[in-house]
Amino acid sequence: MATVTAATAHRRRARAGSRGPAGLAPTALLLVGALYCLFPVAWVLIAATKSPGELFSTSTLSFGTGFFDNVGELFAYRDGVFWLWAGNTLLYAGGGALLSTAVSAVSGYALAKYRFPGRNVIFNLLIGGILVPAVVLAIPQYLLFSKIGLADSHWAVLLPQILHPYSIYLARIYAAAAIPDSLLEAGRIDGAGEWHLLRRVAMPLMVPGMVTIFLFQFVAIWNNFLLPFIMLGDDGKFPLTVGLYTLLAAGANQPTLYNLILTGAFLSIVPLIALFLTMQRYWKTDLSSGAVK
Amino acid sequence: MKRSQRGMWPYLFLTPAIVLFTLFLAVPIGYTVYLAMRRTKVSGLGLGRGARTEVFVGFDNFAAALADAELWQGWLRVLGYGALVLAVMLGLALLFALLLDSARVRLARFSRIAIFLPYAVPGVAATLLWGFLYLPSLSPIREVLDVDLLGASTITYSMANVAVWGGVGFNMLVLYTTLRAIPRDLYEAARLDGASEFQIAVRVKIPILTPAIILTTVFSIIATIQVFTEPTTLRPLTNTISSTWSPLMKVYRDAFVTGDLYSAAATSIVIAAISLVLSFGFLRVVRNRAFGEG
Repeated sequence: MATVTAATAHRRRARAGSRGPAGLAPTALLLVGALYCLFPVAWVLIAATKSPGELFSTSTLSFGTGFFDNVGELFAYRDGVFWLWAGNTLLYAGGGALLSTAVSAVSGYALAKYRFPGRNVIFNLLIGGILVPAVVLAIPQYLLFSKIGLADSHWAVLLPQILHPYSIYLARIYAAAAIPDSLLEAGRIDGAGEWHLLRRVAMPLMVPGMVTIFLFQFVAIWNNFLLPFIMLGDDGKFPLTVGLYTLLAAGANQPTLYNLILTGAFLSIVPLIALFLTMQRYWKTDLSSGAVK
Repeated sequence: MKRSQRGMWPYLFLTPAIVLFTLFLAVPIGYTVYLAMRRTKVSGLGLGRGARTEVFVGFDNFAAALADAELWQGWLRVLGYGALVLAVMLGLALLFALLLDSARVRLARFSRIAIFLPYAVPGVAATLLWGFLYLPSLSPIREVLDVDLLGASTITYSMANVAVWGGVGFNMLVLYTTLRAIPRDLYEAARLDGASEFQIAVRVKIPILTPAIILTTVFSIIATIQVFTEPTTLRPLTNTISSTWSPLMKVYRDAFVTGDLYSAAATSIVIAAISLVLSFGFLRVVRNRAFGEG
């Protein structure tokens, strides 16, 4: 064992030696960046364990004893409205991302694998949507939803977030790389219809790319604040972001509510961090390789 | 025969996207432009039916938006804030991506995951975390650094820090993914010629990264000009942020607090136009410099 380690260390030194001194400075710089990024998350984890008294009296980096009391108090806050916020967020992010991925995948496949009049015009129009700032959309969307009586409803948050131009762009790139033309042609020679090819050939091959698109869209909707903030008035329909904001606006002047706010913030980032850590290999911004490695 | 049968399918597959595009993008944009050119006209005392009518006023609302001093102050604040965020965030993203890609770094996987982690934290939660970290009664930072982090002179930096923290990881990932796609033997050739890691980074990697850097910069410009979540969320914790701190906050106030939809629509179009001009202007400048195109 010792010899193996020594040999590895020797090889490592030799390899590093051939390229100058060992990367101490680069490693240290990256670790500083990592600590900077982890610090607030670690701090809120610790702060969420403290009782209101401990929050102001104990050292910043020592755990408290009030975590379960905080959670209990948060869930009891205004008849458990926090549960509603969590459920709404899951509905908006999960449902929205699912629909968005389906629309993007089918559009991307059509744009990548068919030649038809108007293809470039349609693609450019859809992609142009990337450059439209959300601000020109949110207010008219609110007014239009009010006109049909849907402004303060789940639909008002769900529907506008289904179309996501960048996802269509990613899906087109992925479809072009992951679906061989020969496979489609073979299917057509065997008499398969286009709908059958989409469902049985194209979509299964696009699954890894679709997972990536789903994840990015899920996070984007989960994190969105402006749209639900504008659309919704009834706090029973709020997602966590707007709920946390109202909690903060109500409790900023009442230090006794701080532990509630911090616990809420902590609980609202846990699911995303868990999703993020378990799905590591799908977080890719480049789908052109046609495979998620 | 076979081709013409296939003819309608791509349109059918694109129908959902086109319908959504029309309903939630094209129609709202058109409606904003329509609203921006109208205004309520009050006749007489403004009482009774028909006393308030909506009239066409052309570009009056745009002229008013361009002459609005409060809005200009907002632009100046966002310009300072945005320049700071773009420079620090993209600079750090590039530095981290290059460091991760260099062969000699230890614990690279841990650092990469840790730096990308804030991407999973919603803007509201990120602002809330940092906001509490800035609070004098709670802040561990204040134990080391004796500055009022929520004061008038520091609020821009404090807010920029939240944006940098939340955005550096995603931009790093975009650049890092691009770097990983470059064939390794390109560097070997440079190394055989006696180039150092630093020279390879500056002379080989950064030029290859240029398109990705341009892309992330343009997206960051668009996002930064629309800054709304961070200042809105910080407001309850400090009295240095006005309700019109950023242009988008003023749009929100006009539309939903004072109820002046027409001004709000005109201002939002001005914001969109400025972000497009800045993005395309940036693209042009960089293209000319980087690729020597006229």
